Amino acid sequence: MSTGEVRHVGLNLGATDAIAHRKAERAVFGFWVFLMSDAVLFALLFATYGSMLGATAGGPTAAAEFKLGSALFETLILLASSFTFGMASIAMKYRKAGESLAPLLVWLGVTLALGMTFLGMELHDFVGMFQAGAYPSRSGFLSAFFALVPLHGLHVFGGSLWVLVMMVQLASLGADAQVKINILKLGLFWHFLDIVWIAIFSVVYLQGLIR
Amino acid sequence: MNDALRYALFGKLAAQSLPFVRAWERPNLSEVIAAFAAALVLIAAAALFVLITARGKWRYLWEEWFTSLDPKRIAIMYVIVALVMLCRALIEGVLMRAQQAVAVNSAGFLSPDHFAQLFSTHGSIMVFFMAMPFIAGLLNYVVPLQIGARDVAFPLLNAVSFWLTAGAAALMMGSLVIGRFSTGGWSGYPPYTELAFSPGVGPDYWIWAVTLGSIGSTLTGLNFIVTIFKMRAPGMHMMRMPLFCWTALCTAILMIFAMPALTVATALLALDRYLGYHFFTNDLGGNMMNYANLFWLFGHPEVYILILPAFGVYSEVVSTFSSKALYGYASLAVATSAIAVLSFTVWVHHFFTMGQSSNINGAFGIATMAIGIPTGVKIYDWIWTMFRGEVRFTVPMLYSLAFMVTFVFGGFSGIILAMPPLDFQVHNTVFLVAHFHNMLIPGVLYGLLAGYHYWFPKAFGFCLNERWGRIAFGCWVAGFYVTFMPLYVLGLSGMVRRAQEVFDPAFRPWLSVSLCGALILLFALCSLGVQLWVSVRERAQNRVFVGDPWDGRSLEWSVSAPPPAYVFAVIPEVHDRDAFYESKRRHDARRRPARFEDIELPRNSAVGVTIGLSAAAAAFGLVWHIWWLASVGVLLVWAAVIARSFARNVHRVVPAAEVARTEERWLAAAAASPPITRPLETTSLNRGLAERSS
Amino acid sequence: MTNLQRLHAGRCSAPARLALAAGCALLGGCSVLQRGFLNAQGPVAADERHLFALVVAVMLFVIGPVLLLAPVFAWHYRLSNKHHAFRPSWNFSWPLEAFIWIPPTLIVVGLAFPLWRSARALDPYTPVHFGGSPLEVQAVAFDWKWLFIYPESGVAAVNELAIPIGRPVHVTLTSATVMQSLFIPQLAGQIYAMGGMATQLNLAADRTGVFVGENTQFNGQGFPFDEFPVAALSATDFERWVARLRASGTVLDGAGVARLEAKSVATKPVYFAATPPGLFQQILASVRADAAQDRSMR
Repeated sequence: MSTGEVRHVGLNLGATDAIAHRKAERAVFGFWVFLMSDAVLFALLFATYGSMLGATAGGPTAAAEFKLGSALFETLILLASSFTFGMASIAMKYRKAGESLAPLLVWLGVTLALGMTFLGMELHDFVGMFQAGAYPSRSGFLSAFFALVPLHGLHVFGGSLWVLVMMVQLASLGADAQVKINILKLGLFWHFLDIVWIAIFSVVYLQGLIR
Repeated sequence: MNDALRYALFGKLAAQSLPFVRAWERPNLSEVIAAFAAALVLIAAAALFVLITARGKWRYLWEEWFTSLDPKRIAIMYVIVALVMLCRALIEGVLMRAQQAVAVNSAGFLSPDHFAQLFSTHGSIMVFFMAMPFIAGLLNYVVPLQIGARDVAFPLLNAVSFWLTAGAAALMMGSLVIGRFSTGGWSGYPPYTELAFSPGVGPDYWIWAVTLGSIGSTLTGLNFIVTIFKMRAPGMHMMRMPLFCWTALCTAILMIFAMPALTVATALLALDRYLGYHFFTNDLGGNMMNYANLFWLFGHPEVYILILPAFGVYSEVVSTFSSKALYGYASLAVATSAIAVLSFTVWVHHFFTMGQSSNINGAFGIATMAIGIPTGVKIYDWIWTMFRGEVRFTVPMLYSLAFMVTFVFGGFSGIILAMPPLDFQVHNTVFLVAHFHNMLIPGVLYGLLAGYHYWFPKAFGFCLNERWGRIAFGCWVAGFYVTFMPLYVLGLSGMVRRAQEVFDPAFRPWLSVSLCGALILLFALCSLGVQLWVSVRERAQNRVFVGDPWDGRSLEWSVSAPPPAYVFAVIPEVHDRDAFYESKRRHDARRRPARFEDIELPRNSAVGVTIGLSAAAAAFGLVWHIWWLASVGVLLVWAAVIARSFARNVHRVVPAAEVARTEERWLAAAAASPPITRPLETTSLNRGLAERSS
Repeated sequence: MTNLQRLHAGRCSAPARLALAAGCALLGGCSVLQRGFLNAQGPVAADERHLFALVVAVMLFVIGPVLLLAPVFAWHYRLSNKHHAFRPSWNFSWPLEAFIWIPPTLIVVGLAFPLWRSARALDPYTPVHFGGSPLEVQAVAFDWKWLFIYPESGVAAVNELAIPIGRPVHVTLTSATVMQSLFIPQLAGQIYAMGGMATQLNLAADRTGVFVGENTQFNGQGFPFDEFPVAALSATDFERWVARLRASGTVLDGAGVARLEAKSVATKPVYFAATPPGLFQQILASVRADAAQDRSMR
């Protein structure tokens, strides 16, 4: 089997690291399966949110509480972080043995910073909503909002923690096969979260402000 | 100590949480039974602890079992958990039948609260902690062997799945000793299970036990999808896999798509209960109908998760004990896949009475009937497998035959339930209870018991006692009919389910007959225990070390019984369906390999145990509002995951010389063993070498 | 104690009785089935029984071959019997496949038609086509009893439902507590009653009698006692019943509703001479506790 062969969907390590490339197939395929089940989780929360759009119980509505500017900025940050992660992935794929890890670490660091910025902004938004009386126990609509969006935020938090751990592992263990495979999986996770955010931005924020 | 400090340390725990204290304060029969059950759990746990310590077996258990990543070991642990939980849940069922038989215009011996906890634990345990672990056990043992692999795709994840399930089961047992369980049934419908109507810890026990178990199952599903897709032996195309692997694959796919729905349902209920959200409350915009939809989006595929592995077992057993190739392999594969897909299209039939339009009810009713078509196809395929075969009535085959005949009554009542107007008449009556037990006992349980009996010799190297197996079989079948057929009649008479007391004297004779049936089922369970004890006692005479006691057709029979840790000295090359049978026909079975290689296996790891116990501790903390415990548990889980990701030396090597020694010993035994003809396979003459018949 | 507690002997239609007799001969006792829809006392339950008989007949035909072939094949092809062919590799036949797949599919397609039709016709929201205008009843499920309000006459009763025979009855339901289910098997199928929402049930009785009504959705300690008699009365008897309620003098006021909301079992029916107008909607709104608009099911 040639090392140039594509073994799994997504960035393949191919000719640059044959051993990791072979081991990656099972691990990355398994991670796609996990992402599918995570996607079902989010889909069900979207469906729940959709069915509870009208359940405002006389309380705050979407139009009153959603800040589009803030949501747009968060979207751009997350999209940027996907770009920077992509750069990290390319740096990892084409780095030859013995070369510096610096580019890879820098791109990962920027991704982490963008992720934390996203989270910080989102938390700030939530605090603002609470202060305006839009807290989850006010109505079914707000409950649905505060399940879907914070769940995504929790995933981003987990992903950011994972980026940090990978940076530590790169520094301590170097870029061995296992580390590379974990970064491949993390990349899938990060881009997946970006896609979910696009859906949140559209279905929650844009729809909420149009109605 | 002041109240705030006590709450911070112990949450809602109080003396009243112990059933002993409750029985002391109010010594009626119901409370005494609860205290007795709690005492049993504590005594059994203590006795086990003392026994293991006295025999000095802690190190052995830790090194050989608890930290093992060998799927064969994990499988056996799963089945042990399942059998223990079966004992508890079956006794609970008997208690309920007894209460109903006695409580006709009288209060009976169980209080309404106790009875309600019983039906809730009975259902939750049977589904999540008996059937699911048993299935996981069979999958873990059999699938890698059948596809010619040494292990599953993610051995550590496998251990994590097991320990999450075991931790959740421990939480269930804990609910007997501290606190009370939910009274909302295994489905936990709000708003009854919301804080407003169930302020105690019961629903929280249910939520966290089920959540932990469901995460374990999702991870198992993930593991087996990757295993079956990526680790089949060379030459084993999908259409050459044993049917059990097809059903395992479809089950695994169902797991990863359906379990998230349960996770969402219980998580949202938890948000309502813990943080005051309004998903399913009556007020402020909550909508209980969403829960029903979410739960049954999980719940219906769940019953197919339970039945498909049993169908896989029947495929293997009927084919082996008819000495024939399985009829209609392609049909069976297609039917299995169709069932898996269709299982996502029928969930509304669990709540036809919730008031949605007749168009919706009609569409889902038709879809429900449609799923009967592939199921019927499978039953006919097994029947036609016997055609022009040579049928042997071993215990697994007896279970399969009883299944064929009895399960169709469940299908019968299922079509009745699929018709919305008829469902309106029998929903939430004991007709429904009879229907789903008619599917679960002859369908799932007989399959699990058949699989247990069929693969036990492979796992342990000696056969189970056939006579006690038949006694148990007879009792399971008679017990099922006598317990549940009266319930069909009572359901048609409008007797509602979950009734702690009834008021129509006409119910009494039927309920009494049903109780007799329950006692027969209890005897069946005891017979299984006796069978195991007798079999272990007589194991020396019944060894089948050569590994093929039944003249098997698939690869698991091509290795010794029990197999070595690495299973296959050399990964087999597969040329046919029924790979082992065909290799026997070509006189190619049990060949000495040309050369022996070093074999790499996973090292043991404590990560699985750590995660399972920490998660269970966190769950306990969440139940009782002991926030420090919950936080510590969650942090430990993540710490274990992160720490493990740094580990690099995670494999051990079995040297080629050792492999050679093990194989030579086995091949020598095979050469020295007399082959056994089929009529004698259940005698102690069987050494595990099948005589070539054709 | 009223004379409404008299239990009416069930009467089944002839064909159903024949089928039942055969079954009961095996089961050794028919009296228990009197309580259910096989002893239908109204047009809706009678149509459901008819559908039941059809499905049972078809399904007997469906499971018959399995019940026959499985034991027959197993026995005939047993190992010890030498008088049969042994074809260990035979595992497929196109004609047999056709037989296995096509008839079950046709049966399901065939059953789909009565399913669709009856799902429509016997839906709880479908009005009963009977003589006369429907009697309106509003049912509120409490823990662990039912309140039946008659908005036209203003009376109400707890744990006793009286209806005139030969006239359709339209019940609107809600729950003041948890999800419950109103079920009167001899008259019609059941429907859930849910807090903050209104569902509907249409039924009718075509002969006088006292039937069982019950809640089928578990709602706590008093669940087994959540049963009540349903009296189908002649038109004059029904008027007399309403008049008697009016004469009972008690008005269902706020305090009365609060007493109902307390968790208790109603050991005897309670009668109210008058209810405040819009009581049902009031209860609905107060359970929902928000300013949003009415959320009826459809």
